This record gives sequence, structure tokens and C-alpha cells, in this order.
Amino acid sequence: MKISEIKSILNADLICGEEYLEKEVFTACGSDMMSDVLAYVKEQAVLLSGLVNPQVVRTAEMMDMKCIVFVRGKQPDTDIIDLAKEREIVLLRTSYEMFTSCGLLYKNGLKGGCGL
Amino acid sequence: MLLSLHYDVSGTDFTCAGEASGKIKKALKELGFPASLIRNVAIAVYEGEINMVIHGGGGVIDAEISPECVSVVLADQGPGIPDISLAMQEGYSTAPDNVRQLGFGAGMGLPNIKKYTDEMIIESEVGKGTTIRLKVFVK
Ligand SMILES: Nc1ncnc2c1ncn2[C@@H]1O[C@H](COP(=O)(O)OP(=O)(O)OP(=O)(O)O)[C@@H](O)[C@H]1O
Ligand SMILES: [Mg+2]
Repeated sequence: MKISEIKSILNADLICGEEYLEKEVFTACGSDMMSDVLAYVKEQAVLLSGLVNPQVVRTAEMMDMKCIVFVRGKQPDTDIIDLAKEREIVLLRTSYEMFTSCGLLYKNGLKGGCGL
Repeated sequence: MLLSLHYDVSGTDFTCAGEASGKIKKALKELGFPASLIRNVAIAVYEGEINMVIHGGGGVIDAEISPECVSVVLADQGPGIPDISLAMQEGYSTAPDNVRQLGFGAGMGLPNIKKYTDEMIIESEVGKGTTIRLKVFVK
């Protein structure tokens, strides 16, 4: 699935990274606990999170993730956005809550990290 | 030795936690190491760096990069870890609520470091500080 499709499925706003919207991604994970995200490397490319701070971007950076979706309409500040731009990570914002966001993406073919 | 890197890690600036890990990651990338090795090192050092900030009051990170091995030493002079084997257990955390609200405190950091490295040695003395030595070999 292209990141642009994630954007439309989640009715999301693009915060930054327009030039990377056509990148293909296959897996995602959703969590507010960064060490839980870091525990399971399985080529996840998308991180959904209700948490908004620079460490969400850094976690995605360490994991080579391509896109972060902030759920429940959370808006990152400019420091977070700058960090993501430097690391070429797309930031999206959706009004859907975590459960709904994950469900919509899963239903549309995006998989979890373990090939399930 | 290809490269030695040294970073000071602030014990109060949570926002900057991860700067050193990011720089080590970038250096490894520029040196052309395999992506999976880079990610393993990056995650392990990042967990250690975060621990340094939230538990250890800041410290220093030294990385030595050779064609065969990446070695990193993370040293702080914080409160130390009273029971290392307990701290190594998945889910064990003494992180307060404010740390949990920042997305940490799952008790997964030290187990993650173990998981992503080939060698991990923790030395800690209560009241003196904690030093973690880790190695990832280039296979
Ligand atoms: N550098 C350190 N100085 C003092 N105590 C530490 C240090 N690193 C870890 N600890 C202790 O070991 C515990 C377990 O660490 P670990 O990194 O596994 O989990 P955590 O940091 O609490 O949560 P997480 O890493 O999942 O965000 C910590 O809660 C803390 O009590
Ligand atoms: Mg930790």
C-alpha cells in the first residue's frame, strides 16, 4: 500500500513529507509505548501512535520506519516536524482513534509486524 | 579501527535523547554497514541512551567502529541498578508515571539491548553509576 492510500483511508491530514507519499509500505504497528515498538523489528514501515513527542520520531528513525500516523487528531509541534523532515519520515494526522485507525488499515491490506 | 565516536548525553533534556544514537546510526550508514546491523546497533544504543536520561542522570557514550565489530560503551554516574538480573527481566520498570506518559517505562529497554546485540555487559554500583558495554559483530 502506498503512504498516499493510508492518508486517504484514514482521511488524514499531511503534516510533512509530501515527496515520499508514493513510497510502498506493507506493515504497521500501533503503540504508545516506544520500547514495545522497539522490541519487535519486523520491517514495520508505519507507526501509529497517540503519543506526541520527539521520541516517537526518533523511535521511527532507529527502526527505519517511513511514516508516522498521529491518531485522535494529535498535532505535533514544529520541533517534532523538523525532526521528521530531516529524517525523511512522513507525518500524518487522523481524527480516528487508535483502534479504528489500525482496523481500517488492516482491513485494507496492511499487515502487522509478524506477517499475520 | 575505522572510527571512534564520543558523545555527552544530557540528563535533563528528554527532547535531545536519541541524538547520539542517531549520529552513530548515520556514521554506520556512511561507512556502508549492512542495514540490519545498523538497525540493531541503533536500537540498542537508543535504549541505553534513553535509560541514561530517564534513570541515570545523563552520561557519556563512546563507540568504536571496526570492519568486524561495533562496540559501544554507555556510562553514567546515576543511582545505579541494585538488582541487575531483575532489571533485565521483560516488564520490570521503576519508571515513574511522568516517564510512562512520555512512552517509556515498559521495562523492555534492557531486554531489547540484549536481544539486538551479540554481547552485553552491565556493571552497576548503587550510588555510583551504571556502565553498559555492548558489541555487535559484522557477520
Ligand atoms: N542507567 C540506569 N541507571 C539506573 N537505573 C537503570 C538504568 N537503566 C535501567 N535502570 C533500571 O532498570 C529498569 C529496567 O530498565 P529497562 O530499560 O529495561 O526498562 P525501563 O527503562 O523502565 O522501560 P523501557 O525501557 O521499556 O522504556 C529501569 O526501570 C530502572 O529501574
Ligand atoms: Mg529503558
